[in-house]
Amino acid sequence: MKTSYMGKMARINLTTGKISVEALDLDLAKKFIGGRGLGTAMLYEEGIAKVDPLSPENKLIYINGPMTGTASPTAGRYMVVTKSPLTGMIASSNSGGVWGAKLKYAGWDALIVEGKAKSWVYINIEDDKIEILPADKYAGMLSEACDDAFKEVHPKASVLNIGPAGEHLSLLAAIMNDKDRAAGRSGVGAVMGSKNLKAITVTASKNAVEPHDADKLKEAMKECLQIMKANPVTSQGLPTYGTAILVNIVNNIGTFPTNNWQSSQYAQGDDISGETLKDKYLVKNNFCHRCQIGCGRIVNIDGKVAGGPEYEPLWAYGGNCGNNDLNAIDKANFLCNEYGLDAISTPCTIAAAMELYQRGAIKEEECGGVPLKWGSAEAIVEWTKRMGEASSPLAKLMADGSYRLCEHYGMPEVSMSVKKQEMPAYDARGIQGIGITYATSNRGGCHVRGYMISPEVLGLPEQLDRTTTEGKAAWCKIFQDLTAVIDSMGLCLFSSFALGAPQYAALLNAGTGTNYDVNGLLEVGERIYNIERLFNKAAGMKPEDDRLPKRLLEDPIPDGPSKGMVNKLSVTLPQYYEVRGWKDAFPTKETLDRLGLVEKK
Amino acid sequence: MIEVRLFATLRENREKIYFLPAQDFHCALDIITYLGIPAEEVTTLLINGFHKKPEDEVKDTDIVALFPPVGGG
Repeated sequence: MKTSYMGKMARINLTTGKISVEALDLDLAKKFIGGRGLGTAMLYEEGIAKVDPLSPENKLIYINGPMTGTASPTAGRYMVVTKSPLTGMIASSNSGGVWGAKLKYAGWDALIVEGKAKSWVYINIEDDKIEILPADKYAGMLSEACDDAFKEVHPKASVLNIGPAGEHLSLLAAIMNDKDRAAGRSGVGAVMGSKNLKAITVTASKNAVEPHDADKLKEAMKECLQIMKANPVTSQGLPTYGTAILVNIVNNIGTFPTNNWQSSQYAQGDDISGETLKDKYLVKNNFCHRCQIGCGRIVNIDGKVAGGPEYEPLWAYGGNCGNNDLNAIDKANFLCNEYGLDAISTPCTIAAAMELYQRGAIKEEECGGVPLKWGSAEAIVEWTKRMGEASSPLAKLMADGSYRLCEHYGMPEVSMSVKKQEMPAYDARGIQGIGITYATSNRGGCHVRGYMISPEVLGLPEQLDRTTTEGKAAWCKIFQDLTAVIDSMGLCLFSSFALGAPQYAALLNAGTGTNYDVNGLLEVGERIYNIERLFNKAAGMKPEDDRLPKRLLEDPIPDGPSKGMVNKLSVTLPQYYEVRGWKDAFPTKETLDRLGLVEKK
Repeated sequence: MIEVRLFATLRENREKIYFLPAQDFHCALDIITYLGIPAEEVTTLLINGFHKKPEDEVKDTDIVALFPPVGGG
């Protein structure tokens, strides 16, 4: 049967140099779609949950969805799935650009990288040909220069690489592709570094994927484009201002964490907003492959034209570090790309270090002439660079994230993280539902595993009262399940501001020949969420890991519109487990049976 | 006075902030109309940081924030 899967994967063992071609397991693919879902299922089946994440035993799966590269809206996404060295649990880090689609056009649904090379290597793929080549001369290069250097050898290639942070095994290391796109979270770049794998270059002679039913896909695509064009968020808000548009709305409701979440309204918020970014620095929009939205920003940084910050780094380097110097944020964000660092966790760790400095735990003499003072533009730029280079004992500690940093200084409560990964830019004390997302996210502190901001702040698909707990558990579950589907199909989550489950079902059915209705599709999402949880259980996750930092539960927001609020997780978490069919944070036997999952012993 | 904050495209050909006499306005929609903003362009309306409807009353010292459609993440 013709499908938009390519039907084959490559298993590349860097210890032995053996490269084998394997057929994609289409039955497994039907149960888990692809991307995040299928990658996790494969990792779980291969027994990776218990291995040391930075050992040769860990596996690194680069995997497309069945819709990646097809004529579907926002079909330029791929996933990196591995065991995270930051959280010790599942990592599935998503990226756009064109690299994933090129891998698909070259004929591959997935690459499974195993083992560890003796010295730096890169993998070069040209359609069917896969080779492991020496990369010593590329070691130490920053991402952009590395991309350019590989293009000299492989002119038509799309380049994926790690920067120095990944080489140093920083637990905040990202994997970069196409210069400014990142599989950013959970330290996936360190896993790549631990294998001595600097880059993967992909050249494809084709530029299309044949779906199961081209006419049906065309029809589904037409409907999606009409909906996205009529939707003001995907047709106007995101293209005009990017995700940075959120700064002002989140700040105006008093849920914009400031000075490492010590307060939640930033007086200078408009200085770092999407509006100011557009007025002062925007050069043009940046589009991922087959994207109709173009939320990415290309900005002018002191004459250098480069990828600009999204909402998260604007917040994390901005209000969360008490800094309103937008040009410095642009620079620090660019350094994250250059060194290959997570542009959420890196600035959040700097914010935590600033609080440790404020409290006297980090001493002036540890700061190498650049004190970690609130609002210091110099500090956010310089410490990002130092973290990328691991150039001092403190910088090396910070490069492993706020949890380990704050624990080192005996103040673990200062780390605003869940499962050792830093939380993003929305204060869950004033937005009850997003607190459930943070606490229960299988990859740790994260907003894009069930974006409750959509109904609770943006009013999409309907406005919920952000301050109440009623019904939020059920909403969160649906958002988590639908997100798992979109992530697994190879589409961008932002398409869901306009599209809903019926459109995703139509696209997937046309692409792969399945026959999902809305409920069937959401059940696949639920299965994916549950297998991630099984992976975490096998990796040693405990029920108490579904938590929020004490500050969110016990210290009320001190001022602004959300003054006096705390997150009521003790109310919502039991409700969440109830709707999930989980007991003590893990799926019951009945739930596993219903979803057709088997727990590995 | 009522402080009115405009964001994103609503700022085009308008100020970012207005201070308006409270006695001239009964509800948020009155302000939106006064500023010449087509009502359908305002998809999020905050009064003192909480989501409200255009017909909701405004009073002295209120902060009214008006947004066109926004999204992101």
